[in-house]
Amino acid sequence: MKIRFTLNKQAIEIESQPDCRVVDLLREQLVLTGTKEACGSGECGACTILVDGVSKLSCLMLAAQLEGREIKTIEGMSVSEELHPLQKAFCDQGAVQCGFCSPGMVMASADLLQRNPLATRQEIRQALSGNLCRCTGYQKIVDAVDSMVQETRNKS
Amino acid sequence: MKRVVSPHTLEELWQVLEELPKASLMAGGTDLLVHLRDKGRKVDLILLERIAEMQHLEQQDGELVIGAMVTHQQLLDSPIIKKHLPVLAQAVSGLGSPPIRHMATIGGNICSASPAGDSLPPLYLLEAKLVLKSKLTSRTVPIQEFILGPSQTVLAKGEILAEIRVPVPAPISTTEGISTYCKVGQRKALAISIVSMAACLEMESDGTVRVAKFAWGSVGSKVMVFPELDKYLFGKKLTDDSLRELGMMFARQVTPITDLRASAEHRRALVSNLPLKLLAEFKG
Ligand SMILES: Cc1cc2nc3c(=O)[nH]c(=O)nc-3n(C[C@H](O)[C@H](O)[C@H](O)COP(=O)(O)OP(=O)(O)OC[C@H]3O[C@@H](n4cnc5c(N)ncnc54)[C@H](O)[C@@H]3O)c2cc1C
Ligand code: FES
Ligand code: FES
Repeated sequence: MKIRFTLNKQAIEIESQPDCRVVDLLREQLVLTGTKEACGSGECGACTILVDGVSKLSCLMLAAQLEGREIKTIEGMSVSEELHPLQKAFCDQGAVQCGFCSPGMVMASADLLQRNPLATRQEIRQALSGNLCRCTGYQKIVDAVDSMVQETRNKS
Repeated sequence: MKRVVSPHTLEELWQVLEELPKASLMAGGTDLLVHLRDKGRKVDLILLERIAEMQHLEQQDGELVIGAMVTHQQLLDSPIIKKHLPVLAQAVSGLGSPPIRHMATIGGNICSASPAGDSLPPLYLLEAKLVLKSKLTSRTVPIQEFILGPSQTVLAKGEILAEIRVPVPAPISTTEGISTYCKVGQRKALAISIVSMAACLEMESDGTVRVAKFAWGSVGSKVMVFPELDKYLFGKKLTDDSLRELGMMFARQVTPITDLRASAEHRRALVSNLPLKLLAEFKG
């Protein structure tokens, strides 16, 4: 079936099996391999994307659900070659080790900061509670998101 | 190839259901897709997510009406839920993780009929009624009668859960006294409950209990309520002794099983201790 949606601000139309999982559509058909798959069952958050601005799990979504929606993946965060400030914060704070969880972490953080730009550390932990990381121990990831909050606070 | 259809109205849904009578209904997909993947099965799917008549959340004379496709996050964001049914909000605030709450629906939680479903103990306690619709029929069933056992409901072929109706003010005050949901899981996030307790207590100004209602999750094949035991606290003050006694009475009545997450004995021990948590709640 033909599916039309917006992907990282570009309108696209693609032929796909309607029951193809979104994570497979992104990674295999569109070769956007930033979105990761680990558990495939909703438990780890590695496959997090934004659908109409809201974080969802692409391993538990079907291609047909994308029709008419606005999708953002990690590839849509940076503008041309410039990293998104949130991605920079992850690098600066040492929040990336093997990097497998990072795309999901960044997307979940983007969802949080959009809703709650002045999130507390507690709220950051809560917001990332569906994203597993086996490397960093989470502290530096929370630091990275918190550094964005501090920046917003200093600006206002 | 299997089909996936997205009707936009109930009218369209009835038509699709006639064309694809064997298709599975999918709400948020967080139970269904995991289940299909585990079984390695492919089926025709009817997506409910675009059906306009299933997304409402509003107060109608004496009732709060919640469309079956309302997500857990929408419940949390709703001022009417926060105001009238804080115990439900508390229960779904710990369901899964943020992205799961963005996708998963209250209707899906009810229709999955898991003894561990987090919205269920509050809905039992609040005497929720479920509106079931098919092309030609509409009936209203109390949640206690809707759920028959794990993954089993009274839904007939071609029938859907359309909306959930909860009386407001609630059958027991959820805003004065104590209203709480305690979930014991293996960890804080993404944990299916080992035992859960929803409790609402109305108190007199001197601290005696006027009315109390409890509902228990993960302690039997479905949510368990014991109206006779609830009465034990009426006219009593919340003390260590009264709550311990009550906890032991509940523990004798529940029928937990041993599974991967916990043994039956461990579950019983939790049941006998959980009411003690109310003491801390009351002292605030
Ligand atoms: C990682 C993870 C963590 C989870 N954690 C929790 C948790 O902590 N607590 C908890 O309670 N649950 C948890 N769940 C289970 C699940 O997310 C919830 O039960 C959720 O509410 C299901 O809703 P859904 O919309 O995704 O349902 P779906 O998966 O779409 O549907 C579930 C079932 O109900 C049927 N159905 C759905 N809606 C209707 C309707 N309106 N009419 C008729 N039939 C219908 C479907 O056909 C299907 O059989 C978790 C799931 C995952 C993957
Ligand atoms: S791969 Fe989707 S949540 Fe783990
Ligand atoms: S950096 Fe390796 S999993 Fe998080």
